[in-house]
Amino acid sequence: MNWAAVKAIYVYEMARFFRTLAQSFISPVISTSLYFVVFGAAIGSRIQEVEGVSYGAFIVPGLIMLTVITQGISNASFGIYFPKFIGTIYELLSAPVSFLEIVIGYVGAAATKSLFIGIVILITAGFFVDLSIAHPIAMLSFLVLTCISFALMGFIIGIWAKSFEQLQLVPLLIVTPLVFLGGSFYSISMLPPFWQTVTLFNPVVYLISGFRWAFFGLADVPIFYSLFAIAGFMGLCLFAIAWIFRTGWRIRS
Amino acid sequence: MSSILDIRDLKKVYEGGFEALKGVTLSIEEGEILALLGPNGAGKTTLISTICGITTASSGSVLVGGHDIETEFRAARSLIGLVPQEINLEPFETVLNTVRFSRGLFGKKRDDALIEKILRQLSLWDKRKSRTMELSGGMKRRVLIAKALAHEPRVLFLDEPTAGVDVELRKDMWETVADLKADGVTIILTTHYIEEAEAIADRVGVINGGQLLLVEDKESLMQRLGQKQLRIELQEPVKSLPDALMNGTDLSLSDDGLSVTYTYDTQAERTGIAALMADMSSAGLILRDLQTQQSSLEDIFVGLVQEGQS
Repeated sequence: MNWAAVKAIYVYEMARFFRTLAQSFISPVISTSLYFVVFGAAIGSRIQEVEGVSYGAFIVPGLIMLTVITQGISNASFGIYFPKFIGTIYELLSAPVSFLEIVIGYVGAAATKSLFIGIVILITAGFFVDLSIAHPIAMLSFLVLTCISFALMGFIIGIWAKSFEQLQLVPLLIVTPLVFLGGSFYSISMLPPFWQTVTLFNPVVYLISGFRWAFFGLADVPIFYSLFAIAGFMGLCLFAIAWIFRTGWRIRS
Repeated sequence: MSSILDIRDLKKVYEGGFEALKGVTLSIEEGEILALLGPNGAGKTTLISTICGITTASSGSVLVGGHDIETEFRAARSLIGLVPQEINLEPFETVLNTVRFSRGLFGKKRDDALIEKILRQLSLWDKRKSRTMELSGGMKRRVLIAKALAHEPRVLFLDEPTAGVDVELRKDMWETVADLKADGVTIILTTHYIEEAEAIADRVGVINGGQLLLVEDKESLMQRLGQKQLRIELQEPVKSLPDALMNGTDLSLSDDGLSVTYTYDTQAERTGIAALMADMSSAGLILRDLQTQQSSLEDIFVGLVQEGQS
């Protein structure tokens, strides 16, 4: 393994993040605060409690998931698409690095960024609601796994995309709706039975449910399903990446 | 000298069937400067891209320093520095960071002293904190060279290093190349400026239509294929050349009838100059002046490419 190269990619990518730290930092804080004002205050005043947890606190895990999923995808997809777009990818292809090292560097940096933002949101949320974390290690593990999995997915999108429009397509058309409909802001037990069944086909439900369990000890679906879902999703992404690199698809002509 | 780059029957067929390389075989000695000449679309960039790992070969093999570019890609690529034709730089990154990144990517430990030396050599040290987007075109190209040199390659590929660069900068670039050669770096550059090959190369390869038409020592190439022209100015104009002069020799008369041009091969056993002089004298032509002119690499090149096309 060329760990020096992995470090070089990681540091270079993180430098981009720190260059725009104000944006990276302020924008999630503002949007989280807005969610709290709109959902927590406006809707929360009518809902009060969900399964024994105040509505304000109930939406925190979903909010964190919403952000780390979208950030993980956008950071990783942009990270690898940008060198393709401006042509600097030649350097990666002609360097003595394996594809595995490229993935660790890019995905590692993208996952770190989204983890950082996730933690910022968690801290911000602490100013608005009383939060207790029932299973801190499980919470952190879920968070890290989600960051890595969706950074992997973003990486795939970045390799696949041939234009900035395509780069936005999957996050906008598929991921954001899935996250919004995945129980970020409600418990699926609040839905009519038919929609409860439909919702179970949404993979994000399992992630949010597991993550919420780590906070409050309550879940929409059994925790093992959640673990299985995140592991399966990660495995799927790894499989796709392995195939991309074996064939050089959209990277090496 | 030992060969540092060994290319055997390298073929590249792109998806869609375009055959960019039709079996190139080439061996490059350590420490030499090889100029690959060829018109646009000849296969120069494909050849370089394939050696460097940007495109994959359809068949054939390439050894760099004895290492196969496929099975021992790490060892092979570690020896190579590539300066691409297009100016591909991350616009928001500083010169220093982007050069450091290149070194790291090749698995080398950070070495600020070396980076400083490279940047000073390329007159980039004062610009080290500038973002690459703030630099002029020529400066950007130097940054690309600095990036390629950051990991101390033994073989440097320069893909059209002076395309779109002004004359002064081009001379600077040639000096840089000469310095690198002095440091023992093997350099392969592609160009379609014949003048460039003539000025700096040790050997010249001519590539066209994906085939290497020739690779030869520059001097001997110019001598071997070089033709000389002898221009003979006459005291009095003539309407046509006497028949006695025309048997088998390559002679032409200018429109004004005042000069005769004789083209001959410098390597021929007999140049035929003495005989021509004697014949002209006996035909009653009075000579006023003589001039000879060596054909340039450009003439040779154009001749070869046209020959290949016909």
